[in-house]
Amino acid sequence: MTRYGLLIDIARCTGCYNCLLACKDEHCGHDYPGYSAPQPMTGHFWMNIVEKERGRFPRVKLAYTPVPCQHCEVAPCVAAARDGAVYRRPDGIVVIDPVKARGQKQIIAACPYGAIYWNEEADLPQKCGLCAHLLDAGWKEPRCAEACPTGAICFGDTDDPASDISHRLAAGATETLHPEYGLKTAVVYRGLPQQFIAGTVVFGDTDECAGDVRVFLSGGEMHRTARTNSFGDFEFEGLTPGGDYRVRVESSGYVPRNFAVRTDKDIYLGEIILSRLP
Amino acid sequence: MGGPVFVHVEDGVITRVRPIVFDESDTPTWTIEARGKEFSPPRKVALNPYVLPERTRVYSDKRLMYPMKRVDFDPHGERNPQNRGRSGYARISWDEALDTVAAEVKRIRAAYGPAAITASTSSHHNWGLLFYKMGPFGRFFNMLGYTTLFDNCDSWEGWLWGAVHAWGYHWRLGVCDNVDMLQDALKNTEMVVFWSVDPNTTAGNYAGQETVLWRLWLKELGVKMVFIDPWCNYTAATLGDKWLAPRPGTDAALAEAIAYVWIKEGTYDKWFVANRTLGFDEFKKQILGKKDGQARTPAWAAAITGLPARDITALAREWAGKRTMLGCGAMYGVGGACRQAYATEWTRLMVLLMAMQGLGKPGVNVWGGASMGPPVDYSFQFPGYSSVGWDTFGLVADKPARNSVTQRDYRLLLPESVTAPPVSWLGEGFCGESIEQQFRPYTCPEAGPDGAPIKMYYRHGGSYISTMTDTSRYIRMYQSPNLEFVVNQDCWWQSETPFADIILPACTNFERSDISEWAAPGGYGAISIGQNHRIVVYQKQCIEPVGESKSDYAIYTQLAARLGFEREYTEGNSEEDWIKKIYNISSMPQHMTYEDFKKKGYYVVPPPGKDYKPTVSNRWYYEGRPCDIPDPANPKAGTSQLGTPSGKIEFVSRSLSERFPDDEERPPLPRYIPSWEGHESELAEKYPLQLVSSHLRYSFHTHHEGKSPWLDEIPAHRVVKDGYAWWPVRLNPDDAAARGIAHGDIVRMYNDRGAVLGIARLTGRVRPGVVHSFQSSARYDPLEPGNPASIDKGGCVNLLTPARMISRNVPGMASNSCLVEVARWEGQPR
Repeated sequence: MTRYGLLIDIARCTGCYNCLLACKDEHCGHDYPGYSAPQPMTGHFWMNIVEKERGRFPRVKLAYTPVPCQHCEVAPCVAAARDGAVYRRPDGIVVIDPVKARGQKQIIAACPYGAIYWNEEADLPQKCGLCAHLLDAGWKEPRCAEACPTGAICFGDTDDPASDISHRLAAGATETLHPEYGLKTAVVYRGLPQQFIAGTVVFGDTDECAGDVRVFLSGGEMHRTARTNSFGDFEFEGLTPGGDYRVRVESSGYVPRNFAVRTDKDIYLGEIILSRLP
Repeated sequence: MGGPVFVHVEDGVITRVRPIVFDESDTPTWTIEARGKEFSPPRKVALNPYVLPERTRVYSDKRLMYPMKRVDFDPHGERNPQNRGRSGYARISWDEALDTVAAEVKRIRAAYGPAAITASTSSHHNWGLLFYKMGPFGRFFNMLGYTTLFDNCDSWEGWLWGAVHAWGYHWRLGVCDNVDMLQDALKNTEMVVFWSVDPNTTAGNYAGQETVLWRLWLKELGVKMVFIDPWCNYTAATLGDKWLAPRPGTDAALAEAIAYVWIKEGTYDKWFVANRTLGFDEFKKQILGKKDGQARTPAWAAAITGLPARDITALAREWAGKRTMLGCGAMYGVGGACRQAYATEWTRLMVLLMAMQGLGKPGVNVWGGASMGPPVDYSFQFPGYSSVGWDTFGLVADKPARNSVTQRDYRLLLPESVTAPPVSWLGEGFCGESIEQQFRPYTCPEAGPDGAPIKMYYRHGGSYISTMTDTSRYIRMYQSPNLEFVVNQDCWWQSETPFADIILPACTNFERSDISEWAAPGGYGAISIGQNHRIVVYQKQCIEPVGESKSDYAIYTQLAARLGFEREYTEGNSEEDWIKKIYNISSMPQHMTYEDFKKKGYYVVPPPGKDYKPTVSNRWYYEGRPCDIPDPANPKAGTSQLGTPSGKIEFVSRSLSERFPDDEERPPLPRYIPSWEGHESELAEKYPLQLVSSHLRYSFHTHHEGKSPWLDEIPAHRVVKDGYAWWPVRLNPDDAAARGIAHGDIVRMYNDRGAVLGIARLTGRVRPGVVHSFQSSARYDPLEPGNPASIDKGGCVNLLTPARMISRNVPGMASNSCLVEVARWEGQPR
């Protein structure tokens, strides 16, 4: 049985926007009867890219999260639609019928991911259909996956153990976007941005970068250790947003430093200057 | 630009533009084995993002649909040059348009001499080989005879004028080749220092997003990545391990301090320095402060750069302690730091630092952007657009075009050559023939009977308003009564279109045929391969020309007919005839018949076999062997010498010692020189922020920008607010707070040269004291059209950059030496 899935590997996404632009090339102004009506020239982002700047000067990074329709197994949009205007195919693709769904604005609000867009001119809700019209015609993958330069977007049949996606899924854990929605999605992620706690350790007496210094992180049941690099930098990634943590920096001959940190955003502790023990 | 594509056409309309995806009949791809892993690229092309919206660019409502004449221009009466930029246009027929152009050409040549006409294209053009700008434009104007407008060596500036004097490579404009670098790096490299380079944005120039994967592979192998840039660029922000943000203009100080640490701690390759370089003792004296009393300590550099001294020391130690690639100094990793005051000092110091670490040993090299040198077959021959200079047809023509006019002009000085001649400069722009070529003095108009004032300008596409420096000068030039006639030939209505007298609509490369190798400029760019596979493409015409537009070749043929040299120009060849001739001089016939090639549309050149022996750039030099790099232009090929007078890397430049021994602004021994428009300048009291205007991410300069509505929907490109797509101006939150500027406010960025509006983005990605805003807005949108001093709403930040050249004897652009102030725009809605 074919079961389509999408694995989005955040570590490989560099924010090129090829996926969004390929999606627009495929759909803007193009009618695929039974699958989708033309997407308006502007205003829709069936592959939405969420850019997040994390940290503060001089410790910043960018995370890009591509967010298409998640093709949920029990989709709220299916439930919100009247007359079967939205349905899930046996292969997992959720389709908005471009004729039956006309006028059904309520479908938009049903999606907690905000992945459905209203087409004012056609009076129609619209979203990513995983290029089902192409797949049914024998294409290998949707336009976004084809255009992705790094394999950050991996498409395939998750029921086929020999498929590329099956191999990549087996290689490690995956995550659901907004697991609190409780939706089982055909789109899974690896490396969704959480929060980080970072800092730069300095030996106060010599004013040198404090390399190879131990840094301990604890929060609830969790304990982690890191060592600063040659620039004195350390980083703990993948922390729970809104968590309470303690950070302890230790180096023999120096007074340890302790911090209580809440990760309501990515935290850069700045320069942590170690004083010599008296 | 940005990658070869499959184009779907239905009922004469382009419906899809997709990357080329290989099929089973295409060659197997390559694998590199390194550190116990195997690396292979995908069997498809990784396009740059702006290629995917190409159909919106072809069908843009900005397309010029028919020829036009400025309504207040009468070639037989009043010309009203002062109105250029604010006049209306009326549609005319092709015959009237071409008759007018031909008549003006004849009149001006008769009245002033053939040198009174100058013409130029943009630096880049809709991709192809034969019908690229050097083809139709180059052949026509060289046959006609005109004042060649030398392009300043824009991409390379500081490398051409500086690094050439340290390591040669003049035939590559001051940067080295990058052959077989990927396998060397994957096997041996431990760290890459990306100094003023954003490869995920500008990788390989024309090679799309092909090598983003390489940098992910390096990360997978644990290779460290350090980025040095006043702005945390896209590659730095997604892949970097460390970002160091020196103030713009201070890179040379940082470089000197790194050398200081290496010398003090003895952590440099003493053998290499002793055997492969000259002049180190002088350099060492300078670094230790024995020449001018100022030791180049990290503390000294810290005060200048704004970086902590400890970070400078740590960087120097990391660099020396690991096998490190320097990610600038090859094409493409030329960097914004090469376009600023005294950029020659930084580029030379880059070469000298790598010399101190043993340039060319395994894993240690100059590797531009970590984005060139895959395992491809370098012996496969296919010409590039700059293989033979400004008449590509000359590759196969019976008679290549030769310009009979000797007068020359210089792009950066074009406005003054029109409004306030004479102008003088050194060099021939792209000085690839010899070291001496960059010393040759020129004046325009040239002295003697063949010199003529510039009276006519033929603009073949492009826009200097957002790509050159202090660009209101070009607006004033257009409005000068000295410029009697202006033609603009383009596909789209762009920033300079409304300054023309006659507008000629050209078609894009989708509307005509061509042949080319992907991303291959040839010439100075030969063997610079920034993509995973070499691909030759039959660029089959997809659709009929839109509106009344014509191919450039057709336009110039018809002009040549009116001027009496049509037969000479075409030699009786159709566009298809020329294409077939090119095919037959390449390696292609050994692999495929022409008919099969046209049918398939593309050919992927097979990679070398398992017995291939890599010839890594600069490895021959390190090992003291004859150069084994397949670089056709190397005048010292076969010797173990670099292109310097001594054949070695020169800390003290012999070419500069001979030619400009007393030039304090580019001395034989390089050093940090405070910028003439930098953080220490007097002007900084009035304009305290330093503008960095790096290469645009979601367009190839002005090519795609302003023509596709989809690009305007990318917030990093433009932000739509109150119905207008604003250009981002990125500020550090502290600088913004001090000015009462909130994220999303419309701001006015200004200095004495002009003012530009944009939308404020508050970000930690710029260091305090720095503003980042991309160059290459394609939308010059003055609040007062026709007024050169008008505020521009469209974001053309080069209205603010200085016209002053890099230094006294270095006529390069210094775009990144620019002081500005930023304020909330008084005109925005409350």
